[in-house]
Amino acid sequence: METAWKGFKGNKWKKEIDVSDFILQNYKEYRGDDSFLEEATAKTKKVWKICEQLIQEEAKTGLLDVELKAISGINTFKPGYIDKKNEVIFGLQTDAPLKRIVNLYGGTRMAEKALAAYGKQLDVDIKRHFFEYRKTHNDGVFDAYTPQIRQARSAGLITGLPDAYGRGRIIGDYRRVALYGVDFLIEQKQKDKLTIGVCSEEDIRLREEVSEQIKALEELKKMALSYGFDISKPAKNAREAVQWLYFAYLASVKENNGAAMSLGRTSTFLDIFIERDLKNGTLTEKEAQELVDQFVIKLRLVRHLRTPDYDEVFGGDPTWVTESIAGMVDENKSLVTKNSFRYLHTLINLKPSPEPNLTVLWSDKLPSNFKKFCAKMSILTDAIQYEGDEVMRPIYGNDYAIACCVSAMKVGKQMQFFGARCNLAKALLYSLNGGIDEVSGNLVVEGLEKCQDKILNYSKVLKNYKKALEKVAKTYVDALNIIHYMHDKYAYEREQMALHDTHVERLMAFGAAGFSVVVDSLSAIKYAKVEPIRNEKGVIVDFKTTGDFPKYGNDDDRVDKIGLEVVQYFFNCLKKHHLYRDAKHTLSLLTITSNVMYGKKTGSTPDGRKAGEPFAPGANPMHNRDCSGALASLNSVAKIPYADCCQDGISNTFSIVPDALGYEEKSRINNLVNILDGYFVQNAQHLNVNVLNRELLIDAMNNPWKYPTLTIRVSGYAVNFNRLSRAHQEEVIARTFHEKR
Amino acid sequence: MKTIKGNIASFESMGLVDGPGVRFVVFLQGCPLRCAYCHNPEMWNKSEKKIEMTPQQLVEKVKRYLPYFKGEGGLTISGGEPLLQAEFVTEVFKLCKKAKIHTCLDTSGYGEACDELLDNTDLVILDIKELDKEKYYGLVGQKMDKFCDFLRKCQQKGKKLWLRQVIVPGFNDTEDSVLKLKEFAKTLKNVEKIELLPYHDMAKKKYKTLGIPYKLEDVPNMDKQKCEKLQKLLES
Repeated sequence: METAWKGFKGNKWKKEIDVSDFILQNYKEYRGDDSFLEEATAKTKKVWKICEQLIQEEAKTGLLDVELKAISGINTFKPGYIDKKNEVIFGLQTDAPLKRIVNLYGGTRMAEKALAAYGKQLDVDIKRHFFEYRKTHNDGVFDAYTPQIRQARSAGLITGLPDAYGRGRIIGDYRRVALYGVDFLIEQKQKDKLTIGVCSEEDIRLREEVSEQIKALEELKKMALSYGFDISKPAKNAREAVQWLYFAYLASVKENNGAAMSLGRTSTFLDIFIERDLKNGTLTEKEAQELVDQFVIKLRLVRHLRTPDYDEVFGGDPTWVTESIAGMVDENKSLVTKNSFRYLHTLINLKPSPEPNLTVLWSDKLPSNFKKFCAKMSILTDAIQYEGDEVMRPIYGNDYAIACCVSAMKVGKQMQFFGARCNLAKALLYSLNGGIDEVSGNLVVEGLEKCQDKILNYSKVLKNYKKALEKVAKTYVDALNIIHYMHDKYAYEREQMALHDTHVERLMAFGAAGFSVVVDSLSAIKYAKVEPIRNEKGVIVDFKTTGDFPKYGNDDDRVDKIGLEVVQYFFNCLKKHHLYRDAKHTLSLLTITSNVMYGKKTGSTPDGRKAGEPFAPGANPMHNRDCSGALASLNSVAKIPYADCCQDGISNTFSIVPDALGYEEKSRINNLVNILDGYFVQNAQHLNVNVLNRELLIDAMNNPWKYPTLTIRVSGYAVNFNRLSRAHQEEVIARTFHEKR
Repeated sequence: MKTIKGNIASFESMGLVDGPGVRFVVFLQGCPLRCAYCHNPEMWNKSEKKIEMTPQQLVEKVKRYLPYFKGEGGLTISGGEPLLQAEFVTEVFKLCKKAKIHTCLDTSGYGEACDELLDNTDLVILDIKELDKEKYYGLVGQKMDKFCDFLRKCQQKGKKLWLRQVIVPGFNDTEDSVLKLKEFAKTLKNVEKIELLPYHDMAKKKYKTLGIPYKLEDVPNMDKQKCEKLQKLLES
């Protein structure tokens, strides 16, 4: 320990696991500009070239290769390499790059379906043994599901639930392995175990879990040894720090296939090791960038085996290796280091890419050079998302990270029970149709009144809608309680949880889709005349809306306030129900790309949206209804309360045409910085920034080969545009592009 | 006291090219000119009532964007021709100055500007339609005198100026024409910037919907790169 920690200040973090204390005691804020950055080295270029070819090869069919003779696990694969002599950071999920893992613990049917989609079959012996002797998460969930949940699920009222695959959105504190070495972590866990009683199911479960965590840590050590590294002790230099940290992350993606397998907040932590080496003269800036570039190459190769159904919800094969960069310590000092720049610089050295999902924790108080650099990179690459540090830091402190798109959590101290989302727009239609689904005609939610009016009356509609929300909330909570109970039981994330405090705080993340559809629909009912159109069975299947009404996205309180009332009410409905393991309720307005699927499954709505048409993503205003310019649109979204309401995130995706941002590069950069400052200072939480033309996307849709690396932000993540389905591409093109008038 | 109301065609909450920093842009209804390349023909008719607002109401709206202005940006009033509603603009700008919001008048200079209006204007973006009197008449359908008067007044008041010109292929896309503009600018005080805007035909559709014949039917879009090259002449 002593030699590895030589030159590091502070005491608290040496006695107990406290990475945050280590960072605050030792990091060096960087307020300069980007002129120190170095190009990719020859080694990096060689390795990346091989990967690029493999990635392009993979894009043709969607799958390069999959291991059929072994299943997920930390040590179920032999070491794999890309180009051993030019690699600087080592380790692959399987024994070859982009070769995917079959994970059966979430559910066997899902895995089989995914394999079948690519014409593959699992090894017969594995299949026989696993299927015969092992119960999965998916089996458990369906044993316990209620009829109401099943109905809501198949009607598309609640979807995307992690009931057949890994839940993800858990961030191991991978930094712990680099700072302490695995042995110290095992010792701490053993000590913790001694303090856990045996008086309740809770205690016994935790005792078993901690034992599993310790086993996983032992396996992690073994896996690293197979690559020739002993990670039982702390990393002694920057190279080891990156490598140790990466092994810790790698074990998690060998073992789990969660929807989002995020990295955490590693750049400033690693900068401390890099700075020490730079000072000692044992590392050059070129080598520092090489470490970061090669680490990022590895992160770009993470893959999970998915089904076509899954792709329909989350388009573009995302893995959400989200890395949170920058943020503030307090009012005066930022966490920006040279390494914050190096991470973003990988978008130049290795060209733009959706992964890792680079997330800047924005504050107007960040160093101005860093802000300008971010804006410059956004304009060049469209690959960065921004999240408001000023609204999250008061809740999560200064060592939180984003999982997936917008979900904040304290690193190593909080975990999330991911809950996908429910369809608020469908719930509105149910409140009019007495719980009958407008598409199938089936009764999905019982106990709701049928609306018989010729013209919809606002207060009556709102009252019934609230009643529907109460019922949806109950079913939704039931589903998530069951799912996470079973996930803990059958697909527990041993290694990731080993890199958390033993007594971890749990957040249960509910989500809502169709926000802007509901808000505009209610506004139409309130301010215009809405006549329902019924089919022969008396089910409302369409609406005739006459007259104009205020629309969400124009900074108009008349309509924006309706939105606040809806989310606040829904969140309160959720809070009425107790959650598994005393988790804390959170809510997000985030759809990822499922807004297309949700739209497909939802009938016409009073706002004028026709049956089957996509919703707007996340908390975005509906396509082209935000017609007072981009800032009015941002102001509307910024009104949605984060603290104590949508505390799992409020996703907003913003596309602006380059010419509208300014005539020359310098003013474009300044303007983008001002926009971000102005938005986040109003306590907004999230913004995806795209600076591009609609024409470019149309051209890319028709001529994909011309744009192999075209990366765009969609909703909480970035994708390679070519990997989206046609329906998703068309939806992105139909969105509002803020142009110059 | 009677309250003046502005007749507003539309708003743009994110103007990033119409003055320094982030601008809230207000387009006023009505214009006396009929420029061949005008891309807002729907704003010509001054008696068509669009959005009516008092100066107070408008400034309240503008204040919602203070977080983006950051001392640099502010309000830009454009049109149409804002000088047609000079009284309204004056009141709006007075309120803005009280609220420490930067004010910018985006005008063709065709109209009467009282002292009070210019006193409350931080920046004038002046569209130089043409320097030649006859060509000016041909392009905009009005005499040049009012423009000259307005410019003289801005000079007397020492107003900061950004000059603009739309560059139309076959009309003024020559080096010679741009150099003349440069010479002209040299005779003026307080010119901070000269911007050449490449002509584009995106408004064609609007003319069709409005049933107005489009005068530049056969004129191609101005090549952006060529326009940038011309812009460089101004910088050297």
